Amino acid sequence: MAQQLAFYFEQNHCVGCDTCQIACKGKHNLPVGQLFRKVYEVSGGAFRERDGAIIPEVYAFWISISCNHCVRPKCIESCPAGAIQKRPLDGIVHIVQDQCIGCRRCLKACPYGSPQYNPFTRKVGKCDFCLDLISQNKPPACVSSCPMRALDYGPLDELQKKLGSVNSTKGLPRADTEPALVITPHRHAVDK
Amino acid sequence: MPNKKRLLLKQQLTRRHFNAAEVPSAGSAVNFSPFEQNCINTAAPMTVTESEEKLVPTSGTHNCGGRCLLKAHVRDGRIVRISSDDTFPDTPLMPQLRGCMRCLGYQDRLYHPDRLKYPMKRVGKRGEGKFERITWNEALDTIADHTKRIMKQYGPEAIYFNYGTGNAGRVSERVWLTRLIGLYGGYLSMYGNYSNGCSLMATPFTFGTTATGSSREDWINSKLIILLGWNPAEVIHGTNSTYYLKQAKAAGAKIVVIDPIYSNTAIGLADQWIPIRPTTDSALLDAMAYVIINENLHDQKFLDTYCLGFDDAHLPPGIPSGNSYKSYVLGESDDQTPKTPTWAEAISGVPREVIVQLAREYAINRPGALIQGYGPQRHAYGEQVVRSGTVLAAITGNIGVKGGWASGTGLQARSNYVASIPTTNPCQAQISHYSWPDAIRRGIGMGADSGVRGVKQLSSNIKLIYNLAGNCLINQQSDINDTAKLLADDSLVEFILVNDQFLTSSAKFADIILPADNMLERDDIATPWGFGDYVLYTSKAVDTVFECRNGYDWVSDLAGRLELKDKFTEGRTLEQWLRYLVEETAKKNPGFPSYEEFKAKGVYRWHYPEPDVAFKKQIDDPKNNPFPTPSGRIEIFSPRLWAMNKPREVPAVPKYVPAWEGPQDLLHKKYPLQCIGHHYKRRVHSTFDNCGWMEEASRQEIWINTADAEQRGIREGDKAKVFNDRGVIVLPVKITPRIMPGVVSIPQGAWWTPDATGVDQRGCINTLTKYQPTPLAFSNPQHTNLVQIQKACERSG
Repeated sequence: MAQQLAFYFEQNHCVGCDTCQIACKGKHNLPVGQLFRKVYEVSGGAFRERDGAIIPEVYAFWISISCNHCVRPKCIESCPAGAIQKRPLDGIVHIVQDQCIGCRRCLKACPYGSPQYNPFTRKVGKCDFCLDLISQNKPPACVSSCPMRALDYGPLDELQKKLGSVNSTKGLPRADTEPALVITPHRHAVDK
Repeated sequence: MPNKKRLLLKQQLTRRHFNAAEVPSAGSAVNFSPFEQNCINTAAPMTVTESEEKLVPTSGTHNCGGRCLLKAHVRDGRIVRISSDDTFPDTPLMPQLRGCMRCLGYQDRLYHPDRLKYPMKRVGKRGEGKFERITWNEALDTIADHTKRIMKQYGPEAIYFNYGTGNAGRVSERVWLTRLIGLYGGYLSMYGNYSNGCSLMATPFTFGTTATGSSREDWINSKLIILLGWNPAEVIHGTNSTYYLKQAKAAGAKIVVIDPIYSNTAIGLADQWIPIRPTTDSALLDAMAYVIINENLHDQKFLDTYCLGFDDAHLPPGIPSGNSYKSYVLGESDDQTPKTPTWAEAISGVPREVIVQLAREYAINRPGALIQGYGPQRHAYGEQVVRSGTVLAAITGNIGVKGGWASGTGLQARSNYVASIPTTNPCQAQISHYSWPDAIRRGIGMGADSGVRGVKQLSSNIKLIYNLAGNCLINQQSDINDTAKLLADDSLVEFILVNDQFLTSSAKFADIILPADNMLERDDIATPWGFGDYVLYTSKAVDTVFECRNGYDWVSDLAGRLELKDKFTEGRTLEQWLRYLVEETAKKNPGFPSYEEFKAKGVYRWHYPEPDVAFKKQIDDPKNNPFPTPSGRIEIFSPRLWAMNKPREVPAVPKYVPAWEGPQDLLHKKYPLQCIGHHYKRRVHSTFDNCGWMEEASRQEIWINTADAEQRGIREGDKAKVFNDRGVIVLPVKITPRIMPGVVSIPQGAWWTPDATGVDQRGCINTLTKYQPTPLAFSNPQHTNLVQIQKACERSG
């Protein structure tokens, strides 16, 4: 592969504003029920009360996740129609709509819940890294929309060199599929 | 309607029908409307390149704290996508003006099937929501008749423009109708607003102005930033505010968030979160002052040089000792209560050692910025916390210096002139934005003690309400059940006009409804609320639909009916007025682009070599630059408030005043939970409440602490019944440790949807709020509520 493309997620500064999720929906014209990128909250802990004082022992952080265009994508293995392909050029995993038979096996195979079934077309869609924008050298819609500049993209090895090799945090599955993802974790999202 | 428009709609309808027909399982083809198929992904992922699209610069002109530079992607006369403008580089000093989820998902609102399409008149009882389609002619005749009659019968003080900012553009329908009615004889006007009424009123008592904010690029010079009830990530209080905070953090600032909720801002930016009981912020700030004074960490030189009434030695002549702020804090005034951290802990829930730590850090680790959000001042005595913050900034000498912050309203001191449409109002009478129910019930004779300004007493009750692009008639006003009864009686308010895009809760109380065009269907000019140095031209991206009309268009026709057309229009088209605004703006801004260039780019940004620091010249050279107060000083003690002689509710120095329905109210025994209504990322107030993409991202639900839910046997998936003596709401729950125990929040802005028994099924917090204007600003105290909660039922599915 020439250069595996990857997403960068600055989780420590994500404010959970959902802008990337909506920018993605707008870009791909997705009805309610389908999210190619989704943002969710992970939280826990409790409060300690001491006389009148209320002492928080609480944690919370956000996860913004799309397809991770994995180096070892399970979705491809699962697809009986050969509709899911990984581009040799940049490692982008995409679904050829004409070939998709809508069997939804990829939905079960993907640990990140990335493939999304469209009941209207009876096919599965997912993040394609905004192929049309990438081909024009423009960032994907989620990246260019982020008000916190907490999302970015680039060649995986370059991102790793610059920003480390964390590709999973609490609230995410184990990185068995080698997701093309680099995360700067929130302090609550990693074991101290 | 012009034939061309009809034709276009017909074509769109046909095309979409065709697309829908291609889809085998599009089961929702019943009652098909041209809007309904908008969000349905009928084909493979988009492969069309952007070059085939027309890109139109625009912005969100509803009442949002952000103003962002957006691009509408238009294909075949239809908006297919909205993105943030990325045509200029994104640099830390000049960042792109990126939009948030609300505007980037705007097509879901623009093409909503419930858009109002035709003028309508009420046919049932007022408030019932029964309407019948009428022509524009009939609608405008009716409006003109009532306006003439009421003006003649009762005079201008009977005519009221209710607060509403759904369209905050420079040429909104509100601008035009106020211009017209101003020419026709005038109207009862208002001061203040629902966002920060207490702050706008209280801040000038300290500083003489509300423009107390430095520019946000200066935050990188702060060592400590305290966000007191400020959640800009969700409110979008200033496009890029969170990004500037991120930069400040990268430059080394510690960020502390004080909020009953572990807010989105706190999660992404804070080093420390301090939960606090709503309405008790002044107690916390008082105790911080106590620590600072007690440990001799205050800036005595600053106080002696610039301030009035910090200690008894600096009270104005004639004021007895014991009335200074220091006396109050140390317990040497009437109440004989030192405002110790232990005292504040019992009230606010903030641990005493945290108060000590924060006070020391703020006083020592200078410069520091204590930035006040507006949530804490939307309570029973909201004026106090505003002034408490300003005083703490003064005590620590954090005013007029790089990296400091004067606190208070915080509107950016550096302002840029943008012209407005000229309006006049010969009627001098004013009420607060919030007290109109009183002016309906007992307007005649209402005077200064009810917040009336401009006249000694009102000469009429309110008889006519224009409610334009606003949902404050019911939804955003306190005590909905009572307000609904008031409005339903058409012998009180005799005529209500609503102009909107949807049949909102407020629109249901209209006698005539006019369907408004949408911001993407019109040209306008927009400026940010307070932060930022830019102005935007929002270009029309698509034609408007059905019989929706632009404000200038129909108000001009109404002007004809009032025989004021020429005077009103001055012979100008809307475009000519927009050109006028640009020309007038250019007169005071050398280098301002031409109309054509401004329109094409969609933005003009003022460039400044360095950040602006509010009150810098007053601090650097006080002799030649007094503060704009009567004494020329920072008035910690306010002689003007002293003269009001209402020491308990309007003290001359800021004090913690226990709120009715606060944590110390005895009603707590019956209703043990404090209920607030925080701003929710998926709405701008009530705008966007009906949008599916927004609901999918952030459902309307009550936030309740895990322990409080457990105590009541409420589990995830349940619905809760929330109630007090004023109303009942049933809505889903979010059981979360992100809200402190004893406090619940119903995110504000959901549309009041009563069932047959009056129980709100959607979750509008104003079903529960109390109508009681605050004592100084006559503003809205909507975070001041005690409630109880029970499990309502299991949610199906």
